[in-house]
Amino acid sequence: MGKVLKYSFYDLIRSRWSYIYFFFYLALGFVLLFLNNDLSKAVITLMNIIIVLVPLIGTIFGTMYYYNSKEFTELLLAQPIKRSHIFLGQYFGVAGSLSLSLALGLGIPFAAYGLLKSNAIFDFALLLVVGIFLTLIFTALAFNIAIHNENKIKGFGYAVLLWLFMAVIYDGIFLLSLIIFEEYPLDTFSMIATALNPIDLSRTLILLKLDISALLGYTGAVFKKFFGTQIGFWASMLVLVLWNAIPIFLLKYKSSRKDF
Amino acid sequence: MINISDLHKKFGKNEVLKGIDLNIEHGKIYAILGPNGSGKTTLIKSVLGMVIPDKGSIEVLGEPIKKGWKYRKQIDYLPQIANFPGNLKVNELIDMIKDLRNDKGNADTLIELFKLQPYCNKKLSNLSGGTKQKVNLVLAFMFNSQLLILDEPNTGLDPNALIQLKELIKKEKENGKTLLITSHVMQFVEEVADEVIYLLEGKIYFKGTLKALMAKTQQTNVEHAIAALTKTEGYG
Repeated sequence: MGKVLKYSFYDLIRSRWSYIYFFFYLALGFVLLFLNNDLSKAVITLMNIIIVLVPLIGTIFGTMYYYNSKEFTELLLAQPIKRSHIFLGQYFGVAGSLSLSLALGLGIPFAAYGLLKSNAIFDFALLLVVGIFLTLIFTALAFNIAIHNENKIKGFGYAVLLWLFMAVIYDGIFLLSLIIFEEYPLDTFSMIATALNPIDLSRTLILLKLDISALLGYTGAVFKKFFGTQIGFWASMLVLVLWNAIPIFLLKYKSSRKDF
Repeated sequence: MINISDLHKKFGKNEVLKGIDLNIEHGKIYAILGPNGSGKTTLIKSVLGMVIPDKGSIEVLGEPIKKGWKYRKQIDYLPQIANFPGNLKVNELIDMIKDLRNDKGNADTLIELFKLQPYCNKKLSNLSGGTKQKVNLVLAFMFNSQLLILDEPNTGLDPNALIQLKELIKKEKENGKTLLITSHVMQFVEEVADEVIYLLEGKIYFKGTLKALMAKTQQTNVEHAIAALTKTEGYG
C-alpha cells in the first residue's frame, strides 16, 4: 500500500489544485488573524468556512481523482499488488494531500501570529483535527460513490448531492422536526441527530470548546452537559472515527468484488 | 501452467463466458481468437484477477488464484488499449512499474529496440497511439516472468516495430516462456502461434494446432479457416 500511496501523493502534490487549496487557506488564515486581531473570532469564522468547504472539496476531489486515475488503477491491477492496497493507497494519497494543504495553509499563519505560545493552541488544534477528520470522511464517502458509479456525471451528481444533504438539507430537516415536535422533549433527539451528522458534530464540538455554547440557547445547556464532558468529547471522537472507518471498510469490500 | 475449469461470467444480463475449460501448457504460444465480443479479453482479465468470475476456478502455476495477488508476479500483461496516467513521463512510468514490482527489468534494451529514446522525457498524454503501444510493449516485456499475456499486441504498430515484436515473441518462447496472445490479424497468428483457441459466444469452439484447424475446416488459409468456423456456427 505504501508505494501506491507514495505515487498518488506525489501525483497530487504536483497538481495545481493542491496549491490553490493550500494558498486559499494560507490567505484566509493571514487575513482573518491580522485584520481581526481577535483569535477566538478568527477561529469561529474559520470554523464556519472549514465546516462547509472541507467536505465540499473532499467530495469533489475524491470523485475527481478516482475517475481521473482510472488508467493508473488499471495499470496497478495487473501488477502483483493486493487490490485493497491499490484503492486504500489512492484514498490515503488524496485525503493525505488535502489534509496537508489544510494543516499547512492554516498552520503557517497561526504560527506566524504567535499562536504556539498562547492558550488558543487547543482551540486551533481541535479545529485542525476536525478539519482533517472531515477531509478523511468525505473523501472516503466520495471514493465509495465513485466506485459504485461507472458514469462520471452520475458519480459527481451523487457526490454533490451528498455534500448538499450533509451541509444544508440535514440541518433544515433537523430544524423543521424541532418545530413540528416542539411539544415533546427533544433533548435526546437533537443530541443524537447532531451526533449522526459529522458536519453538525464538528460544529458543536468546536463551539463548545470555545465556550460560547450560550449562543446555542437552551439546547446549548443540554449539549454542554453531554458534549462538554470528557466522555461526551471522546464519544464524539468515536462517532467521527466510525464515520471514517465504515466508508473505508465499504470501499475495501467493494473493491475486492468489482470487475475492471 | 494455467488450469481453467467451468468458468462463467456475466456482466449484468450479458453472459460473456459460459463454461470455459482450458488447460494451458508450459512453453507454448497460444493464440486466443474469436469475433468481437466473444469473451477473449474477459477470459484474460479473469486469469489476471481483474475480472472476478461468477463460477468456476482458475489455477496459475498450480495455485488457485482466488483472493491471491502474488501470482501476478509471474505474469506480464499487455493491455489491449494502452491507457496510461497522462501526467507521467515515459521514464517515470517505467521507473514506477519497476519500483512497484521490485524488479529492475531490462527496459533499456527494449527502449533501444523500439527507438523510444527521444520520447523518454515526454509526457504520455503527448504520445501518438503507436508510440504508446511501444511503451506498452516495453512494460510488458521488460520483466522475466514465466507467463506473458498479450492482448492485441500488434495494434497500431509500424512494420518495423511489428518485426521487432515477432522477434521478441520468438525469443521469449526460446527462453521457455508461455505466451497467450489475442489478435485479429491472422497472418500474425499464423507466424507466431503454436496452438489456437477459438472462442465463440463465451465457449471454446475449437482448440488445437493450426494444422488441425485447417484440416477440420478443409481450408488452406488460416483466415478462411477462421471465417469458416464462424460461419458454421452462424448458420448452424
